[in-house]
Amino acid sequence: MTGILELKGVSKSFGGIRALNDVSFTLTEGEIIGLIGPNGAGKTTLVNVITGTSHATSGKVLFGGDDVTKQRPYQAARRGLSRTFQIVQPFPRMTVLENVAAGALFGDVSSKGDVKSAMEFARAQLEFTGLTDYADRPASNLTIASRKRLELAKSLAMKPKVLMLDEVNAGLNSGEIDGALTLIRRIADLGITILLIEHLMKVVLSLAQRVLVLHHGELIAQGTATEMVNDPRVIEAYLGQKFSRRAQEGKIHG
Amino acid sequence: MSGSLRYVLFAAWVVALASTPVWADNYIVRLAITVAMYTALVQSWNFIGGFAGYPSFATAAFFGLGSYAGALTQIAGLPSVFAWLFATVLVGAFAALFGAIILRLRGHYFAIASFGVVEVVRLVISSWGSLTGGGDGLNVPLVTGSPNAVAQTFLVVMIALMLIVFVVTVVVDRSRLGFGLRCIQQNEDAADMVGVDTTRYKVIAFALSAMFCGTIGAAYASWTGYIDPSDSFSVVMTVKIPVICLLGGPGTVLGPVVGTAAFLVLEEVFWSNFLEYNRAILGAVIVVIIFLLPGGLLKIPLREVFARVRRRDNNTTAAT
Repeated sequence: MTGILELKGVSKSFGGIRALNDVSFTLTEGEIIGLIGPNGAGKTTLVNVITGTSHATSGKVLFGGDDVTKQRPYQAARRGLSRTFQIVQPFPRMTVLENVAAGALFGDVSSKGDVKSAMEFARAQLEFTGLTDYADRPASNLTIASRKRLELAKSLAMKPKVLMLDEVNAGLNSGEIDGALTLIRRIADLGITILLIEHLMKVVLSLAQRVLVLHHGELIAQGTATEMVNDPRVIEAYLGQKFSRRAQEGKIHG
Repeated sequence: MSGSLRYVLFAAWVVALASTPVWADNYIVRLAITVAMYTALVQSWNFIGGFAGYPSFATAAFFGLGSYAGALTQIAGLPSVFAWLFATVLVGAFAALFGAIILRLRGHYFAIASFGVVEVVRLVISSWGSLTGGGDGLNVPLVTGSPNAVAQTFLVVMIALMLIVFVVTVVVDRSRLGFGLRCIQQNEDAADMVGVDTTRYKVIAFALSAMFCGTIGAAYASWTGYIDPSDSFSVVMTVKIPVICLLGGPGTVLGPVVGTAAFLVLEEVFWSNFLEYNRAILGAVIVVIIFLLPGGLLKIPLREVFARVRRRDNNTTAAT
């Protein structure tokens, strides 16, 4: 088990606002890590900095030992740093199959680089994510749940080493969430390291081996999921000081 | 439209254009040369404007630069074919250089910047009198031969250019490059995220869309024998080319061919019948067509139309 992705003192400012402040952590190969935090904590900014969508103001991002702080998004994709978007980003007028093939064609550096083999590989990913029946539909026709699956299939087609899932379960009903959970577990079984950005505690608790908590751009706590749920700093970040104190007192009295 | 059918249609169109000297008068031959020339220009625009979805108004810059590069090298003594090749390479390199700068802009901003390129090149050419003759224009060495022979030569040249750009279009359409450009056209951020080197792809598309305009400009200069800045860098051309492509079907292989044919035929019809209002009528017709068929003429659902007509026929026979 070695560290595959490492952040060293990463900060990101937008004008006077510090969206990220001195964030450091290491992802170990093959693990599922949850990243939680209240709205506006800087979760998506963190993913943006890792994938080169925006660049860190200071600090370093290391991937497999290489400094990738200044990379462009397409370079991150080719290196094996893949992500899904909170707001899904399909190619709307392409078919589902073509959407996934785009991932295979451009993101997978080990591919032969021809359209035909990319299409074949894309079919396998559709099979894996259960989208085969939708292969020839335009991506814009899919339901939200299927679009999120499409995002996953597209990312998988890029043969990622690290997959960052930005709220893939937001907006899904509980049946759909169960399906997504199974899928994420199967992805992890392929040996892909997963950074799971989530609001839904159910998802984080059932999947993540380790949880990072971000608040006001700072990493305020990390540990196992159950530890984090009971951590006063985490409760304070979500519910305020009053509840945090009450929770502590409850523990003492109860 | 199915793959083989479109090649058959295109081949038939090429034969029709190429055979005009046999069955038609000089006016029609001249029209055929213009059709081939405009088809090649619109096909070129299709790379950046259709496939990549970047609304470029720079065609006149490439065409004009190409015509001056071709004219000047020919005056310096280069044989015409080499002059055309030189114009191709020069304009391609020029577009790659400028593209790397202005392709950082998106949407309307890019459109305006590309329009700026036309103006900059035009002003440089018309101010650089010692080299380009300024507003007086340039006389290009004439191709020797009878008027008919010259017309036939340029008919062959323009059709050859149209064929070359068509083949390049087919290759791009099927390749990784075309796929990547389509990704950029639909969602550039997502394209970046799946690993498309968007800057490089856009510059390639821009250079492709420019270089053949350079060749065509140079060939045009040889054909007409005289060029000046207002003719070579005409605003009308810079607007016409994208309009024709939108009319036919941007981002498709056959769209530019269909669009050019439809546009130039309409233009001739309105011009000969309504001498005073032809531009206004043509403009209105194009607005209506593009408004009703945003995907261009190629997106007319022919199958549905036929099916509906057949159903109606069946109903009438059933009624009687």
